Amino acid sequence: MGEIVLSQVKKSFGGISIIQGIDLTIEDGEFVVFVGPSGCGKSTLLRLIAGLEDTSSGTIAIDGRDATRLPPARRGLAMVFQSYALYPHMTVGKNIAFPLRMAGMPKEEQERKVEAAAKVLNLTPYLDRRPSQLSGGQRQRVAIGRAIVREPSAFLFDEPLSNLDAALRVSMRQEISELHQSLKTTMVYVTHDQVEAMTMADKIVVLNAGRIEQVGSPLELYKTPANLFVAGFIGSPKMNFIEGAEAAKHAAHTLGVRPEHVDIAADGPWKGVVGISEHLGSDTFLKVQVEGIGPLTVRAGGEVRLRHGDPVSLAPQTGKLHRFDAAGKTIAA
Amino acid sequence: MATQASRTASRLMLSPAVVLLFLWMIVPLGMTVYFSFLRFNLLMPGTEEFTGFENYLYFFTDPAFWPALVNTLTLVLGVLVITVLGGVGLAVLLDQPMWGQGIVRILVIAPFLVMPSVSALVWKNMLMNPVNGLFAAAARGLGLEPFDFFAEAPLASIITIVAWQWLPFATLILLTALQSLDREQMEAAEMDGAGPFWRFLHLTVPHLMRAITVVVLIQTIFLLSVFAEILVTTNGGPGTASTTLTFLVYMQSMLQFDVGLGSAGGIVAVILANIVAIFLMRMIGKNLET
Repeated sequence: MGEIVLSQVKKSFGGISIIQGIDLTIEDGEFVVFVGPSGCGKSTLLRLIAGLEDTSSGTIAIDGRDATRLPPARRGLAMVFQSYALYPHMTVGKNIAFPLRMAGMPKEEQERKVEAAAKVLNLTPYLDRRPSQLSGGQRQRVAIGRAIVREPSAFLFDEPLSNLDAALRVSMRQEISELHQSLKTTMVYVTHDQVEAMTMADKIVVLNAGRIEQVGSPLELYKTPANLFVAGFIGSPKMNFIEGAEAAKHAAHTLGVRPEHVDIAADGPWKGVVGISEHLGSDTFLKVQVEGIGPLTVRAGGEVRLRHGDPVSLAPQTGKLHRFDAAGKTIAA
Repeated sequence: MATQASRTASRLMLSPAVVLLFLWMIVPLGMTVYFSFLRFNLLMPGTEEFTGFENYLYFFTDPAFWPALVNTLTLVLGVLVITVLGGVGLAVLLDQPMWGQGIVRILVIAPFLVMPSVSALVWKNMLMNPVNGLFAAAARGLGLEPFDFFAEAPLASIITIVAWQWLPFATLILLTALQSLDREQMEAAEMDGAGPFWRFLHLTVPHLMRAITVVVLIQTIFLLSVFAEILVTTNGGPGTASTTLTFLVYMQSMLQFDVGLGSAGGIVAVILANIVAIFLMRMIGKNLET
């Protein structure tokens, strides 16, 4: 079990409103990712769920029980922190066993659970080491181990991968996804990295300035962003936004088109000059200065033999254009 | 500092300071050792002669020697226990967010800035005096007999005064150590179901061990040579009840003018300090390793 329901949750620090009224239901077994730019309140929201901060108003219910005023230890949640927050003077084994020891579990049972968790996380050879003797990825696994032995109703992750290097981040991302598949426990994951959000989530919650901008599956957010903010935040490279005459032609204030939805075509309606091009091997990203529109990022598959200053014609794929009104809301097709 | 020439130059430039410091240390020590083997009394000038270990024999057989040794260790240990326990307690309290934190912290440091003889006099005349003191007035107010601290419990009174002086030092060092404790660790322990007491025991105390070691080592150095507090309060009495080794050396060389005997006592004190230091490093020195 691990259903978390937030209703009208608000939080302000000394008169500054950080979370401005959030309604959200996290279903049992779901992998939910909170994503947004720094300062959007995503970590605060996670800490409110954990009970490390008190809500200013609103209620948090866990498994149908009001948990708004419960202390963190009694909410049945486990948290993995950005800095791992391992206890430096305890061995890996003692770190993992700590929550069990605090719960007053018998020694043999503690040992059995710690060994089981260590086996799942490939930590068995390191049980007698101190956290300072481990690498970043191993420390992260210890922190996860400490969370899973408690068999919580939900896991909370606060930017757990941001201290790891790029290669390790990808493999840890897959490990956490694997873990979710095998445990089937609710996971709430905070990140500022939209790639992490897209790859891991069942459901993404896009936050901005203390408000939910949109909730949906990764592909829903990609295909039908509710507004300019979500459209710009989800997808890499960023969606191109076009204003002015070209947008007016489509009866919109702003026109959005993703780089992968623009083709290079000899008879295309948009004429421009190639600027910088980024060759990644599998893709080439071109910055094209289009007449009457401005700079556009264009994704061209494979290798493209265009140089700085070459003229090029572009054609947006029909049906892949996003239209936004003056307030930034999506205009339904 | 890479080339042979620059290394030689750096050694040459360092050497005057090193030589000066070395002489500063070795000359007084050498002279003290030398005097300790002489019959050397200022009241009988011109009679100095080599006597071997006779001064040491007299010093060890002095009826005040063993009490002084016990008193010295009691004083050091008593003050250490009070300042470390009290320091941890005060540091934890001062670490809590509260109104007027800055002023309270300055007030806590204040006793450390008062010179020892002054603070001992304040304690002696204004607080512990059986006639005029604040404690006596309080006792009378409660209908009790005033307690004559320096007559009834001289060593305990001196321990109290010295502990009062050193408590701010311990508090300050421990407070800074406490402030470097990772908040996320505390929060993780909170989520793991550890209450305030267990968090203190499993996170705060291990984190403070290094700072406590520093406090114990530094304080021991200074506590072995406590002198002014004894001189202005009890003068080592009644009898030898509050005589420490330092004070015994002072009495023999300054009051009996026996420089030879005083020097022998001084060397004994140096040896004692080294024994204490070795014990301390054995017991708690490993806390200083990373």
